[in-house]
Amino acid sequence: MKKFEAFRSRIVPLPINNVDTDQIIPARFLKTTSMEGLADQLFFDWRYQEDGSPKPDFILNQDRVKGASVLLAGDNFGCGSSREHAPWALTQFGFRAVISTSFADIFKQNSLKNALLPVVVTPEVQASLFAAVEADPAAEVAVDLAAQTLALPGGGSVEFRVDPFSRHCLLEGIDELGYILQQEAAIGAYEARRPHSIDTLAQVS
Amino acid sequence: MSRTIIEKLWDSHVVYEQAGAPSLIFIDLHLVHEVTSPQAFQGLRDRGLRVRRPDLTFATADHSIPTHDRSLPILDPIARKQLEALEANCREFGVPCEGIHGPRQGIVHVIGPELGLTQPGMTVVCGDSHTATHGAFGALAFGIGTSEVMHVLASQCLLQRKSKTYEVRVDGVLKPGVTAKDIILALISRIGVGGGTGHVFEYRGSAIRALSMEERMTVCNMSIEGGARAGLVAPDDATFQYLAGRPYAPTGAAWDAAVAQWKQLPTDEGAAFDKSIAIDADALEPMITYGTNPGQGVPITQPVPDPSSIGDPMERESVEKALRYMGLEGGKPLLGRPVDVVFIGSCTNSRISDLRAAAAVLKGRKVSPNVRVMVVPGSQAVKRQAYDEGLPEVFRAAGCEWREPGCSMCIAMNGDQLAPGQYGVSTSNRNFEGRQGKGGRTFLASPLTAAATAIAGHVADVRKLQ
Repeated sequence: MKKFEAFRSRIVPLPINNVDTDQIIPARFLKTTSMEGLADQLFFDWRYQEDGSPKPDFILNQDRVKGASVLLAGDNFGCGSSREHAPWALTQFGFRAVISTSFADIFKQNSLKNALLPVVVTPEVQASLFAAVEADPAAEVAVDLAAQTLALPGGGSVEFRVDPFSRHCLLEGIDELGYILQQEAAIGAYEARRPHSIDTLAQVS
Repeated sequence: MSRTIIEKLWDSHVVYEQAGAPSLIFIDLHLVHEVTSPQAFQGLRDRGLRVRRPDLTFATADHSIPTHDRSLPILDPIARKQLEALEANCREFGVPCEGIHGPRQGIVHVIGPELGLTQPGMTVVCGDSHTATHGAFGALAFGIGTSEVMHVLASQCLLQRKSKTYEVRVDGVLKPGVTAKDIILALISRIGVGGGTGHVFEYRGSAIRALSMEERMTVCNMSIEGGARAGLVAPDDATFQYLAGRPYAPTGAAWDAAVAQWKQLPTDEGAAFDKSIAIDADALEPMITYGTNPGQGVPITQPVPDPSSIGDPMERESVEKALRYMGLEGGKPLLGRPVDVVFIGSCTNSRISDLRAAAAVLKGRKVSPNVRVMVVPGSQAVKRQAYDEGLPEVFRAAGCEWREPGCSMCIAMNGDQLAPGQYGVSTSNRNFEGRQGKGGRTFLASPLTAAATAIAGHVADVRKLQ
């Protein structure tokens, strides 16, 4: 994984609450056995007409957000299905952070493992960002994970919190599995004292 | 100190803790299916790793599997490739797998319990958000992403932060026509789809105790629709009775020892929860959703909300957007609205008791000629049991389709789906836009409401059925 570095970006506003992962990437695209090639399927049913042409009024189809890597969402972003295809599609499209007042638990964990930063802000900051991008589509934020600050378009900045472990892994580009496998001694000791419960390999009637 | 069952389960599974890092917890059962595992197996291959505990891992094919006659070829080449990949990956890594022709194949959350793989006191994970189903047994069960599937395959462990606890107390007695599905839809309509975020539900109270194991599974199944990754019911005699004699359940002295252990699990007297809600079972009515998330539900006799009466602008916008997608008008009832499809199935409501309930309504009646009714059993075992009881004949005589086990139209990956603009009453768990087919419109409800609607041809109250 690449190290997560500070960046500035314009903002893609998506003022909808409870955006579920079925909208982020519809289930019919989950038949793939790969994790690549999902950018075109991001928000597919909101993004494209029946004939495959882009819907001009959907935000991702507008020129003003080209190259933007911050999504500004309504409350409870990423609810529903556990599909990790959602953060895969978002990052492959070019997003590096999503700003919301809250994230669904599974989506948040999946995002942190894929260098997509969930930035939790207060409802007031969320509202001010929606207002700022409405007033000036070129408004930018700066995301600094090391400092855990979000610099706002009108000047000033707010702090956000990312748990220290995920932050460390993102900043250093560390894969969590490496850390888990380092705990081999503890895992072995747990297994040794753990009571036997099931054996799926056993022949059963 | 008094502890909740949630804390007992957590404490007994902590493998390693280090300041500044999440806890490493052990996973007792890892269930695997075709959709969220191929990239995880590839990750193992790329890193030269093996599956650490194939004996605690079990796979089946459910999401993209067709529900037509299984002797026919799979027409969708991408689905076929994914199903073949599951079986090939399981062979390569030594994981037991009930593939497309497996005699124990079925929806992963149906077969885990029915095989006795799911047991009280366990941690259970699966790359599927409805893993909370297994919480019905007093297990800490939750959905994970594909990276975490790889972590568990490689280490049998998961990095986790401890969740907060949320007591959902349901006391009283359900009235006729009101089911477990209505309990959970009522809860979610009250707390919203984000209400349980960061929490694990413990469902308690006399109405929960009175539920069968299959009904408890229906309740726990939809915990994630209220934002909680897990939801559970403490084990009791109903749990032990259900498990006894199941293929993977312990036997003899091991059974007695296990039951003695399981009896220690229930929440201690005086243990505190971070959050609490009480629901009066006596006051519940059959529930139905009108919108595009499972929290947008109402008692079936009530009108859908009028957006102009909602103060919060973003919330008003959400309801307006949902009603626009659904083609509904605020303030009007759903009762009497024509539907095109009725789906009885999914990990929420495809078990034998669900099929019995639907069949009892449909027996001797005909479904409306305007409605396509699909009945999809949750597993091969459910299907066999249904045959033993003559249920397929009941469904077919009424004019329903009786299909092969799988997730089917709950997730609409396998060709079973709503056409754009169609309305469906579904016993599944999600009414998100396009969930059951692009442009399709879903009303979530119980098997009783689904069966009554199938007969009437429009949204119907089973209590009013002539």
